[in-house]
Amino acid sequence: MTTASETGAPTVLEARGIRKSFGGLEVLKGVDLALARGEVVGLIGPSGSGKSTLIRCLNMMEKPTGGSVIFRGHAIGRSFRDRDGTTGIGTLRRHVGMVFQHFNLFPHKTVLQNVTEGPIVVCRTPRAEAEERAMALLAEVGLAEKRDAYPSHLSGGQKQRVAIARALAMQPEVLLLDEVTSALDPELVGEVLTVIRRLADGGMTMAIVTHEMAFAADVADRILFLDGGRIVVEGKPSETIRDPANERLAAFVARFNH
Amino acid sequence: MMYRWDFDVLWQYWDLFMYGLWLTVVYTFGSIAFGVLIGLLVCAARLSGWMVLSLVARTYQEIFRCTPLLVQLLWFYYAFPLLVGVSIDNRVAAMLTLSLYVGAFYAEIFRGGILSIEKGQREAAAAIGMSPWQAMTRIVMPQAFKRMLPSFINQSVIQFKNTSLVSVISVADLAYMAAVVNGQTYRPLESYTVMAALYIAVLFPLTQIADWIERRLRVSD
Repeated sequence: MTTASETGAPTVLEARGIRKSFGGLEVLKGVDLALARGEVVGLIGPSGSGKSTLIRCLNMMEKPTGGSVIFRGHAIGRSFRDRDGTTGIGTLRRHVGMVFQHFNLFPHKTVLQNVTEGPIVVCRTPRAEAEERAMALLAEVGLAEKRDAYPSHLSGGQKQRVAIARALAMQPEVLLLDEVTSALDPELVGEVLTVIRRLADGGMTMAIVTHEMAFAADVADRILFLDGGRIVVEGKPSETIRDPANERLAAFVARFNH
Repeated sequence: MMYRWDFDVLWQYWDLFMYGLWLTVVYTFGSIAFGVLIGLLVCAARLSGWMVLSLVARTYQEIFRCTPLLVQLLWFYYAFPLLVGVSIDNRVAAMLTLSLYVGAFYAEIFRGGILSIEKGQREAAAAIGMSPWQAMTRIVMPQAFKRMLPSFINQSVIQFKNTSLVSVISVADLAYMAAVVNGQTYRPLESYTVMAALYIAVLFPLTQIADWIERRLRVSD
């Protein structure tokens, strides 16, 4: 298997020397990460290792205290707006989607409205066009018949699939998945992973924070193991999760294999 | 002894009751409108994250929440003019005080409603590229509105009843007119019963409509 970076695909999104402190606690201590187009990177590590914070820095959901986020060659600034559509946080987020652990669907909107909200409000896509695309996406995640349901009437797995469709409706270049199966009942994890698997096969660039080791090994081109706010190990799944040389990684992975 | 009810003598004063009721309605809805405006501004100031602005807003709220409305009316009508050296029309003082009073409570209701919306909602809105303003107006406020509606209506019903206090500074509202009619007829039981009945006649349908709206908004829960 060749990874996207080996094929020479251009870098889409990059973090350089990212540091992040909350109060006096430094959660990220200078992390570099480059996502090549079409690449799937799995971020693993113990809780508190900084993997969620790192992925949240990639779309400026957390503002890094040091280092920079670079999207399509432009360092993203501190303000939401920009003049030329290159350095604003708004621009970054229009092209870099995120899916959350707790779904965060808009409870006052129907499934269809959740998916069309971004295109209509942010991209000013005509409603008819936005709805057509939303229905295609909902069909892809197997929820077309739920278009008029409210989120409160969905199961956790269904909610998360809608949340993925909502992110995809923006036609993102990169998708950030932050522990998207951690809040699900075990029997509902599979349906969400299937959707992600299909996205990976379709060439979507993704950064995935997950505790599903087998899934990460299966879907990712590259694995990053974080511990104590640093990337400790980086490599193909075959060199990391499946055959960990590093002692800390080995201990971490062993906890998932019993 | 059996009291002989006699509402007939009141009929000739019907126009006084109606005029009083009209003023009560005007002061209620007028002060609610101004109060909402004040409440939104004060709520925005408190959530602005700007210390000085927030402190000023907070001080205003505490002063108006921690003094009785009656005291505020007396102060604005009798004391405030001495302070500024300009006499204030009693109707202006009444509307001003009622608005400032209810605005302080509305601000707290609005603030509580907005703060009750989970952080994840704002993050989800931000994640699809919405500006903070879009996230606030399209995602947070509609949800907050639903949550604050019962308290808002409750406060507004109280406001309707509170307007009766403006009678102490001679604004001719329903309570004032009932006293006038009583003075003319020496029929306190009838005068004040009619007054009470008129308050109920207006407020009961309003609370029913409010309940209905609240139930309708609950479809997405």
